[in-house]
Amino acid sequence: MNAMKKVLGILWLALGPVAIYYLVRTALHEISVKPLIDTKIQWGVFVVVFIPIAIGLMIFGYFSLRGEYDHLPENSAEVE
Amino acid sequence: MQAKDKETQNIWRVIGASSVGTLIEWYDFYIFGSLATVIASQFFPKTDPTAALLSTLATFAAGFIVRPFGALVFGRLGDLVGRKYTFLLTLVIMGGATFAIGLVPSFERIGFAAPIIVLILRLLQGLALGGEYGGAATYVAEHAPPDRRGYYTSWIQTTATLGLFVSLGVILLTRHSLDPDLQRSIAKFNDWGWRIPFLVSILLVIVSIYIRMKMKESPLFVKLKSEGKVSANPLKESFVHKANLKMVLLALFGATMGQGVIWYTGQFYAQSFIENVCKVDFDQSRTIIIWAILLATPLFVVFGAWSDRVGRKWIMLAGMLCGILFFRPIYNQFLELSLTSIKTRQAEAGIATRQASLINGTADSVITTSTLYVYPEHLQFKQVQTDTLFQGGAIHYGELKTAEKKLLGTVYWKFVFLVFVQVVFVTMVYGPIAAFLVEMFPTRIRYTSMSLPYHVGNGVFGGLTPFIATLLTTIYTGDKLVGLWYPILIAAVCLLIGAVYLRNGIDPDVND
Repeated sequence: MNAMKKVLGILWLALGPVAIYYLVRTALHEISVKPLIDTKIQWGVFVVVFIPIAIGLMIFGYFSLRGEYDHLPENSAEVE
Repeated sequence: MQAKDKETQNIWRVIGASSVGTLIEWYDFYIFGSLATVIASQFFPKTDPTAALLSTLATFAAGFIVRPFGALVFGRLGDLVGRKYTFLLTLVIMGGATFAIGLVPSFERIGFAAPIIVLILRLLQGLALGGEYGGAATYVAEHAPPDRRGYYTSWIQTTATLGLFVSLGVILLTRHSLDPDLQRSIAKFNDWGWRIPFLVSILLVIVSIYIRMKMKESPLFVKLKSEGKVSANPLKESFVHKANLKMVLLALFGATMGQGVIWYTGQFYAQSFIENVCKVDFDQSRTIIIWAILLATPLFVVFGAWSDRVGRKWIMLAGMLCGILFFRPIYNQFLELSLTSIKTRQAEAGIATRQASLINGTADSVITTSTLYVYPEHLQFKQVQTDTLFQGGAIHYGELKTAEKKLLGTVYWKFVFLVFVQVVFVTMVYGPIAAFLVEMFPTRIRYTSMSLPYHVGNGVFGGLTPFIATLLTTIYTGDKLVGLWYPILIAAVCLLIGAVYLRNGIDPDVND
């Protein structure tokens, strides 16, 4: 299972930039097709909100690749 | 024995006081979303109805997007000064903002100040909600015995759905009771009656504040404080220290993200789809949700209690898997059961009425043809076509529109069943999650650490589900079910992460 976590870590690391690229590309396309203030607000919100989450996914992938999730904490002392 | 009875009595008092306040906060939050169309006509420029509606939806989204910030602000406060005072403060902010929305003059009276004030108040609502849930869940969990933590916290989990139930009920009651004539009552509701559900909230909030004032601080937090072990910087400890940050990320990507989309698809997108895609009328599209929620809500407690025996992980992941497998078949059934085009072709005769009226100042006239189709034990609907007859004899044929569609007999109950099944998925993912999150983080930073993944998962991934799903249907117009790929994809990723990375344990001790 730990080997699988590491392999998946690469997937999450890669998925972050792909998600950001797809999000920004779709946003630009939609805004150019329908350049209204509402479209700009909607897609602006999506980009601002989902980019940090995609970065979070990359960090998750990095931790996973580094084996940080091979052992999950059994008690709070391990977390602190 | 007596001590145990007292302890049980105490935990129910804690659950009651926490749940009532949380339920009211959800009620306050949902009435805005449920009245989005009415609010659009009151507070946003009417030049383009779509723009007005989108503006409100954007406000709605803003309400959800600020939730994670609320989680940070109030989570930090809760870990610094205590749970009790923090979720008392969130209740005051939420109640005040909701009441104030009911008082804001319309756009026609005060211009752009109206939508700006409404937007600010909506942001305050989102901020308050962001701080409420983590506090309530933490507070109950820190009072609960270890072997019943899932069961007791599941009562808090019922409040979100019950808040929606109460909000829909109050809206329908108000809409029907402002005049003996239903059409007039609806007109009055759209004019000023929509304010009543907002104003009523203040009474509920005052009662809840009174109850919460009498509560004591969480015993675990009191102990921490007396030992001088309260966190000096909960934000830093939660999100900068790697050991805790990795658990925050795991909670988000392995649990709350999928839980959020299952929840919002099952309850909110279902209502939006039934009303806007299936074209079922306003009242029925809400009573269907009300019945489904009423019947499924006890299952929150069932799954919460069950998680005390078998662990939290697999129950939540099974709920996600059910959503992934069954969302498309369920929504396909909605479409097939309400498809009027086939039935129209099969119809032998409808009951048609035709009205003609002159257009002011011209010799042109408008002809409205309305045909009522009734299919016993199935559905009835009107098809309305408005044509323009010009003076010279030319005719412009208007679009044929379906209106006032009502589901009859068994079809109505099939819709209730299909929504019920989705709410069962919701109870599976949501019932055990409070206990799951509480057990992931240490007491000194629990409020902050669990609030952020919860509100990113629910507020951002979940809260934007109806919005993103509807948006997808406007981009890919060929498939009416295309919007479902958003929750299915998110739930699938979350299921994979949860299955591989999460442990199915039950923390025997949350006192550390």
